Amino acid sequence: MARRLAPEVNAGSMADIAFLLLIFFLVSTTIQTDYGISRRLPPPPDEIQPSALVKEKNLFRVEVNQLNELFVEKKPMSLKDLKAAAIAFLDNGGGIGKESCEYCKGAHNPKSSDNPSKAIISLVNSRETSYETYIAVQNELVAAYAELRDREAQRLYGMSFGLMKDHFNDPNYSGNKENLKTQIEEIRSLFPEKLSEAEPVTASL
Amino acid sequence: MSIFKKKEKGSMPVISTASLPDIVFMLLFFFMVATVMRKDTLIVKNELPVADQIEKLDRKNMVIHIYAGKPSSRYKNVGTEARIQLNDKFANLKDIQPFVLEEIKSKPKELQPYLTTSLKVDKDTKMGLVGDIKKELRTARMLKINYTTRSGEVTNNLQ
Repeated sequence: MARRLAPEVNAGSMADIAFLLLIFFLVSTTIQTDYGISRRLPPPPDEIQPSALVKEKNLFRVEVNQLNELFVEKKPMSLKDLKAAAIAFLDNGGGIGKESCEYCKGAHNPKSSDNPSKAIISLVNSRETSYETYIAVQNELVAAYAELRDREAQRLYGMSFGLMKDHFNDPNYSGNKENLKTQIEEIRSLFPEKLSEAEPVTASL
Repeated sequence: MSIFKKKEKGSMPVISTASLPDIVFMLLFFFMVATVMRKDTLIVKNELPVADQIEKLDRKNMVIHIYAGKPSSRYKNVGTEARIQLNDKFANLKDIQPFVLEEIKSKPKELQPYLTTSLKVDKDTKMGLVGDIKKELRTARMLKINYTTRSGEVTNNLQ
């Protein structure tokens, strides 16, 4: 009689219920994967003021044609050489007098760019270029800027540019944020990201 | 005999499954916390390209998503040409501007200048479509964009 008075609740199906919920959450959710290359588009075409003429030597032409082939200054190039070529161009510092660049470690070739602040990379793609290739090229050009900025940040502040940005975005950073902000601006102005994208060409390059 | 019987009983103990729910609940809570509900149901193929110069897109509420790619296998009747997906529907180029303006309006006023558009474009898409999307975004003055990618070596892209 005593056994009947205290019945035990069967907890065996608890596992089934929990499994059901677990499977529902496994299927219906995705782990967040939102990473990407951030860029800023130019304003609408009618708001752009015509800027001063750019010297041919300050322009670095990168073209990707409809067959996903990469051309730099009209010459074919493989993707793995693009970053080095872009760095050589940006870091050249061939200018003299007012346009000279003291921090540039490039070849100082008078036929290449005068100053990083003048150097413009022009990226042209065909309408038939695949997005994958375009991203790869963008990535390499952004990497070139990142490497140069890292070098300058290391030289001036003993810290890589990426780390400086991480610190800036970190709410728990203990250092002086205002100071860090001006330092980041400073590095940015040494190597400003001047990446121009023309309208894609319809005809073959 | 009694010794034999005792031995047999001892060799077959009942494994208690009482702690199984606890283990499963632990897993359940982990997945509940670590995962984010997918906001839009994908109706286009969306295999992102890889890149390594990437920045994290945090602040989920400050991102507008635009998807593009070939219609996925369930929507073969739409054709095989790459299409744009806004919310849960296929869209045309001219729908982008109203969509973006609507999205901007729906966000709190103080966040509006910081909104980013995340372009989730399938890697096999042609740049023509992407260029057209970018042109529409420029006209809508939604200038901050992010080419959403997976992280990895870029050389994997060119094969």
